[in-house]
Amino acid sequence: MATENNDIEVLTNKEYKYGFITDIEMDIAPPGLNEDVIRLISKKKNEPDWLLEWRLKAYRHWLTMEEPKWHNVQYPPIDYQAASYYAAPKQKKQLSSLDEVDPELLKTYEKLGISLDEQKRLTGVAVDAVFDSVSVATTFKKTLGEMGIIFCSFSEAVHNHPELVKKYLGSVVPYTDNFFASLNSAVFSDGSFCFIPKGVRCPMELSTYFRINAAETGQFERTLIVAEEGAYVSYLEGCTAPMRDTNQLHAAVVELVALDNAQIKYSTVQNWYPGDKEGKGGIYNFVTKRGKAMTNAKISWTQVETGSAITWKYPSCILQGDNSVGEFYSVAVTNHYQQADTGTKMIHIGKNTKSTIVSKGISGGFGQNSYRGLVKIAKGATGSRNFSQCDSLLLGDKCGAHTFPYIEVKNTSSKVEHEASTSKIGEDQIFYCKQRGLSGEDAVNMIVNGFCKEVFRELPMEFAVEAQKLLGVSLEGSVG
Amino acid sequence: MLEVRNLHASVNGNEILHGINLKVNAGEIHAIMGPNGSGKSTFAGVLAGRDAYEVTEGQVLYQGKDLLDMQPEERAREGVFLAFQYPVEIPGVTNTYFLKAGLNAIRKHRGLELLDAVDFLALVKDKMKLVEMDQSLLNRPVNEGFSGGEKKRNEIFQMAVLEPKLSILDETDSGLDIDALRIVADGVNKLRSKENATIIVTHYQRLLNYIVPDFVHVLVDGKIVKSGGKELALLLEERGYDWVREETEAVA
Repeated sequence: MATENNDIEVLTNKEYKYGFITDIEMDIAPPGLNEDVIRLISKKKNEPDWLLEWRLKAYRHWLTMEEPKWHNVQYPPIDYQAASYYAAPKQKKQLSSLDEVDPELLKTYEKLGISLDEQKRLTGVAVDAVFDSVSVATTFKKTLGEMGIIFCSFSEAVHNHPELVKKYLGSVVPYTDNFFASLNSAVFSDGSFCFIPKGVRCPMELSTYFRINAAETGQFERTLIVAEEGAYVSYLEGCTAPMRDTNQLHAAVVELVALDNAQIKYSTVQNWYPGDKEGKGGIYNFVTKRGKAMTNAKISWTQVETGSAITWKYPSCILQGDNSVGEFYSVAVTNHYQQADTGTKMIHIGKNTKSTIVSKGISGGFGQNSYRGLVKIAKGATGSRNFSQCDSLLLGDKCGAHTFPYIEVKNTSSKVEHEASTSKIGEDQIFYCKQRGLSGEDAVNMIVNGFCKEVFRELPMEFAVEAQKLLGVSLEGSVG
Repeated sequence: MLEVRNLHASVNGNEILHGINLKVNAGEIHAIMGPNGSGKSTFAGVLAGRDAYEVTEGQVLYQGKDLLDMQPEERAREGVFLAFQYPVEIPGVTNTYFLKAGLNAIRKHRGLELLDAVDFLALVKDKMKLVEMDQSLLNRPVNEGFSGGEKKRNEIFQMAVLEPKLSILDETDSGLDIDALRIVADGVNKLRSKENATIIVTHYQRLLNYIVPDFVHVLVDGKIVKSGGKELALLLEERGYDWVREETEAVA
């Protein structure tokens, strides 16, 4: 037992690699939240009136709301007036090429292993980098533009494609949706926008990389992805933050719209700073992600959640159209004092709609990991199917795994299946690996990796590699 | 190759092994036989370094080094292999991936070049024939959903790939039908060489019809009470373990 615990400790005590701070001139709004701050954000971004109005409506609605308390996570009350709601790298003018981006910023992304250099075409991933609240660079814009694909920062979209933003903003997650989504609607500063026109298959992975740098700021980005009829896109999202003693709030909103026969695959590797071993610092990650699938459309969420002090997110699918499909694949890791309350909602409205949920929770240290999921099958959603599988792996005896499945079925022709398991990593398994020459650490890695395999194989290749590295796991070889 | 001197070991404070002495030279096959609960699997586990066992007295020298001082993975890398009585399942990890990781850890330890996927696959194909392993088992998760016989065969297959110096087969014959027993035994025989040694831990004599040992030791109540040649195994099969016990008690 002694060595087993030791192996797990080595793995679970890996230091956070991305905790550096970039020294850069910032434009930061004074702390506090009121209508003036919202007007300031809107003005800074030179926004049209309709958007300011929308923000203000969201803010006024937010004031009437209370922070949710139903989740299985604990944290001291958040003082919403103490944070700053806008932070941006200072820049004098609109950038026309990457050469004009502050070299300090480019260095930051280099350190993170993200190429903003369009010359490095081999990676084949178009990247939009969001630093604190502002999008700093989007690559491959031209190549994509030739196919009619729009991939740019949210602010740019507001200026260059207002009709699209106006049509779809809030169409899946309305500003009244929930406490954190309303807050985001009021103060969001940037994010990514992506539009794939009818019948177009996006030839490369689109990727956004989020980075929180400034202290005492919240990050509130907003992502909107629209795939028109028959379009396809695979989208990746990655996140890191410096190590800071104070907690930072991150409340993002992601909306996906998949029109008839369209397909959107959305993958996240979330590695926000989780706090230190004593549970000090770390990101509070309260995120609303939802997609709407029309007839024959498909939306897949894949997430690997290793960071944040608190994770609160339920990427969901509204299966509006007949025969639409929703998928959710998740790995959530909680170590030290991390807490995660995460899962999904599958709302079946159309006929013969299908959803699949595969959730893998891994807890070590004092981590608490909850799966919370809702499968709702409306009366008219005849012939619908859901399959859910929730597995938990415990790496010690001080951590916890919890499952809260909610199932509502309003017709008799649908079928819902739920499987759940909880297991502790086996001493026998570790000994078996060691007897074949593997170190204890490699053994734990391998076992955890195997446990997550069903989710990892849903990730695009580049991300699968990153995700497995994140778990300190080496990639399963190409043999066999 | 291996010298065990006055080995005492306990589990949860209960002493199971009460002073074992054993010497194994390269090229030899030793069989350790004994009734249930005599300490056979404990002995195998202690040699491989299983955590649950505590060595309270004695010494084990392996190639001149203190075996008990080594971590289980070091022992494996130094060439000690245990074929498990109950092979462990590792869901989601393919058999080939598992074995390649193990082999490369051993090769690294020995200063050999690591094998890439192509070379490894060639090696595996060659070794598979030894135990008539079905190729489909390679790509399945380690031992998951394997039949009892497939698991045991997989152990010997791993042994063939890892090429240990000292192999310990813990009740490898249990749960095998006659055909599987023959295949597994053939595999072990083919792997036999002047450089390596094998310890076979078994309750029954039948495996020894196929793998002929140089020495047979009878383990009763945590002690080796009788040693002899291969004919001792036949005697045990015929007369059971009681006469050995009685004989020992008479001497004592």
